[in-house]
Amino acid sequence: MSSESKFGDYGGQFVPEALMPAIEELTDAYERYVIDNEDGFMDEFRRRLADFGGRPLPLQRADQLSERYDTEVYLKREDLLHGGAHKLNNALGQVLLAKYMGKERIIAETGAGQHGTATAMAAAHLNMPCEIYMGETDIARQRPNVFRMRLNDAEVNPVTTGRGTLKEAISETMRDWATTVETTHYVIGSVVGPAPFPAMVRDFQAVISEEAREQVQDKTGDLPDAVLACAGGGSNTMGAFHHFVPDEAVDLYAVEAGGSSLSVDEEEGVAPNSASLSTGDEGVLHGARTKLLQDSDGQIMESHSVSAGLDYAGVGPELAHLVDEDRVTPVNVDDDAALEAFHRLSQDEGVIPALETAHAFGYLEEHHDQVGDTVVVNVSGRGDKDLETVIEETSKRDLDIAPDMSLFREMGGGM
Amino acid sequence: MGLERAFADEPAFVPYLAAGDPDYESSVEYVEALARGGADVIELGLPFSEPIAEGPTIQEAVVRSLEAGMTPDRFFEFVEDLDVDVPLVCMTYYNLIYQYGDSEARYASDDANGEAVSGEQGPEPFVKKAAEVGIEGFVVPDLPAEEAGPLRATCDEYGLDLVFIVAPTTEGDRLAAMMDQTSGYVYVQARLGVTGARDDVDDATEASLARIADWDVPRAVGFGIKTGDHAERIVSAGADGIIVGSALVDIVAEGHDNGDPVSTVAERLETKARELKDGALRGAQNRPQPEGK
Repeated sequence: MSSESKFGDYGGQFVPEALMPAIEELTDAYERYVIDNEDGFMDEFRRRLADFGGRPLPLQRADQLSERYDTEVYLKREDLLHGGAHKLNNALGQVLLAKYMGKERIIAETGAGQHGTATAMAAAHLNMPCEIYMGETDIARQRPNVFRMRLNDAEVNPVTTGRGTLKEAISETMRDWATTVETTHYVIGSVVGPAPFPAMVRDFQAVISEEAREQVQDKTGDLPDAVLACAGGGSNTMGAFHHFVPDEAVDLYAVEAGGSSLSVDEEEGVAPNSASLSTGDEGVLHGARTKLLQDSDGQIMESHSVSAGLDYAGVGPELAHLVDEDRVTPVNVDDDAALEAFHRLSQDEGVIPALETAHAFGYLEEHHDQVGDTVVVNVSGRGDKDLETVIEETSKRDLDIAPDMSLFREMGGGM
Repeated sequence: MGLERAFADEPAFVPYLAAGDPDYESSVEYVEALARGGADVIELGLPFSEPIAEGPTIQEAVVRSLEAGMTPDRFFEFVEDLDVDVPLVCMTYYNLIYQYGDSEARYASDDANGEAVSGEQGPEPFVKKAAEVGIEGFVVPDLPAEEAGPLRATCDEYGLDLVFIVAPTTEGDRLAAMMDQTSGYVYVQARLGVTGARDDVDDATEASLARIADWDVPRAVGFGIKTGDHAERIVSAGADGIIVGSALVDIVAEGHDNGDPVSTVAERLETKARELKDGALRGAQNRPQPEGK
């Protein structure tokens, strides 16, 4: 591990001056505790990931999918991590780091609420006060997650600016941090933001590929031909890829949300997708140079996906770099294919995936003959949080694979 | 370079408004009112969709301006339309500077190569255009000294100033690096946090001014100044100028919300500007004369 601040031309520290001392302090703490394991930080992190988080997590052969595709398909079961998604790997690491740094307060942004709930859990576990910033639009559509955060004793601060979604929540959390840097740590939710966040979050998530790389060799005697992971900001993606990056023979597919269309509406400033790796271009957002969905002036677009967790106009700078280096292949899957894949994995394997995760399986369905003989797919999270969306979106469509929806139509939005 | 001249004879009053807030035509009137009220330099905000350094007041101004159709090209027209005899500074975020240029050429080459090439031209097209319309300098809140190399070099090439923001937490080598790069003036952030008018004047201001006393560049203090008395105290404490944003944007917002006539809002801005400038002048009389400056 090393403390990179740039990945090729991407990354960097484009933040207000008032944050720079906090970022320097964090860089120092990252190098000492995470990279050099000072005071046994990483040992405690791994112990807590095991005892509180439930690691190590299985790599499971997907028997029905393997037969369907005539390909050995293995599932890395991050959905079994405490909280139901990979997010806790990062949240636990950062809250513990804040504790080692002597910080007294935790703040975080959240979009769909997965990172917020993971941070609230980690903060409760480590007995730190916690405040979560969440757009008011997201609060309205993610009520169960808001309640989970409140149950874990976190404050939830509604963000009313802009359209009230993830990017406004990130901006607002940065503003809080700019006033409170001396006492507060900002637990960013993905491999985005100013250095050292992208490298540090990747290191906390890298446990995914560290385990998977050993497990797949134990089970098959060899490395896989491909690893597939969905990509929004990219934390599960980098976590699933990191230890495979030096294995040139292993193809790495970052599956983005193609939404309803890959085209953009310049006039309205809306991209009906969140495929920043596939279609975005270089720019600076939230502290880093990376690939972005932006209009020709450089204003950031509103992204859209059936999966709120993939809904972000930027992407981690290291992923942007790995794509430019042709080490990671960016691909995308539209809302319809992701929904079908959601139902297929639920029916065939007994695993109800997050809608984010379903994108990776949507790609496998469409391109299974091109990805090789052995494939690892990262099941980044479980789908319980998405059931309301799935009922609504499935009812709108005519999907052969979906269960009979008539019962749910009558129920309306009562869940 | 140029902007230092605005601080030469007396303490400078440096107001900020978001260009195009709440609409293009009213905003032209408002900026001209500030000039009549005694502005020595005017900071014009070019709104960016993700203003991470701004408090609620300026965020709302940014939203109003963007919704009224402000773009970088409209901004340059705006500057040309202004009838003011005051140096103008563009305050914006780096992505807009970085992306500006011939977007048609960019998309054409996207098609040809199948990959994006935006940004390869760097900040030059934006700086060149700004210089053409009469902008004399930039303040870029999300561009710390570590990332400023290309913009600093381009500004030097076109003879424009690049103003850095020094925070209360900026010390040591970082402070030196910024003070060596800043030109025109240095923006002294009076307190931690985001922009926004507040009632008191922080002791940290004096400490910040003292920390940078060794550099020979005008020191303009901003963040939280909203009355003539604030301005007086800040200048008494040694500032060479005061920067006022949110207190003026508040006047624009109130006028907009109440549906007040543009001329009335412009008069209020001019009155407020005069109050702030007079406060700064009073402050200069109270302060011990520094030798040799």
